[in-house]
Amino acid sequence: MLTTAISIAMLLLGIAIALNLWRLILGPSLPDRILALDTMYINAIALLVLFGIYQGSMLYFEAALLIAVMGFVGTVALSKYLLRGDIIE
Amino acid sequence: MNPQPATPSSTAPKARRWFPHPALSLFLLLLWLLLANDVSVGQVVLGSILAWVIPWLTQGFWPESLRLRHPLVLIKFVLVVLWDILIANLILAVRILGPINKLQPAFMQVPLDIQHEFTITLFASTISLTPGTVSADLSLDRRYLLVHSLHVTYIDAAIAEMKQRYEAPLKEVFECSPLP
Amino acid sequence: MSVSLDSALLEGLISFFLLVGAAFALIGSIGLMRLPDFYLRLHGPAKATTLGVGGIIIGSVIFFSTQGDGLSLHELLIALFLFITAPVSCHIVAKAALHLKLEAVERTRGKPWK
Repeated sequence: MLTTAISIAMLLLGIAIALNLWRLILGPSLPDRILALDTMYINAIALLVLFGIYQGSMLYFEAALLIAVMGFVGTVALSKYLLRGDIIE
Repeated sequence: MNPQPATPSSTAPKARRWFPHPALSLFLLLLWLLLANDVSVGQVVLGSILAWVIPWLTQGFWPESLRLRHPLVLIKFVLVVLWDILIANLILAVRILGPINKLQPAFMQVPLDIQHEFTITLFASTISLTPGTVSADLSLDRRYLLVHSLHVTYIDAAIAEMKQRYEAPLKEVFECSPLP
Repeated sequence: MSVSLDSALLEGLISFFLLVGAAFALIGSIGLMRLPDFYLRLHGPAKATTLGVGGIIIGSVIFFSTQGDGLSLHELLIALFLFITAPVSCHIVAKAALHLKLEAVERTRGKPWK
């Protein structure tokens, strides 16, 4: 039962990431694209945690945490660039 | 909840210099134990050392500390917020999947009674996580918060509810005690 | 520490959390795709996606805690981190959008200040 549930959840998340990718390509503005990237990395974290459960291994936890940290820094840096034209003032 | 007795002022500054943020230290220790996923003696000792050294080294970067006045009110506030997050998501799901032409979005300017940076941050984050609202900007004089709402019928009532539900407890917990 | 709960019940509980989490993440992404202007799209990722990851992580905590290696809570760190950072990143993206003067849909009441 658990394997089926994981497969379905992975399918849902896969569709979610595809939708985000569509928004990323479609735009139409730069903040839209940043938002799409932001959502995409959050969904990627969820997918990675799911994969960890599927494999029964805790090794993927560190990778998920790293994606969370790097994604947040990336979003803030990109937005800051739009706001000020510069990242580090 | 009785008003707290004033701390003796002769020992406070020195203790504060060597141990600047007790709450932050406790949080760091907890974070370390979670990260290590292990509560053995070695990890507790290592975590305690880090929890003491990091606030001490970075104390120049922290704004002046706030004192927590009413822990019980804070716990109640956190529970209310968690519950509201759950409800917020159910409502949001219905609105996203329902007819989107009937949504009545609005920008609202919420006047702020709280002044401290940290409290405003907490308030703005809470608004972003709870029903149908996202904080978008803070005015330069820190008197107004710009909030975008997904669907709102009566703007004034929505602002009043937000202030009463989230701002009042935060004000009670943090703001009544300005530290010298 | 081996937990001898009814394993079918346990699997059902874990599956429930995983599916609810994935469904919320999907709903957030549908919102991102479907809503008409940027400020409306902001609502999806700010709430639904965060709760989606939260649900999946609760499932993961239950799963690894009942595998026989004792309590495993470090996944909660990811949820904690996301709950702190999601409003912040949302706020700063909204600020960038206001700075670029992106248009809101016509029926939006109230105006952002200049």
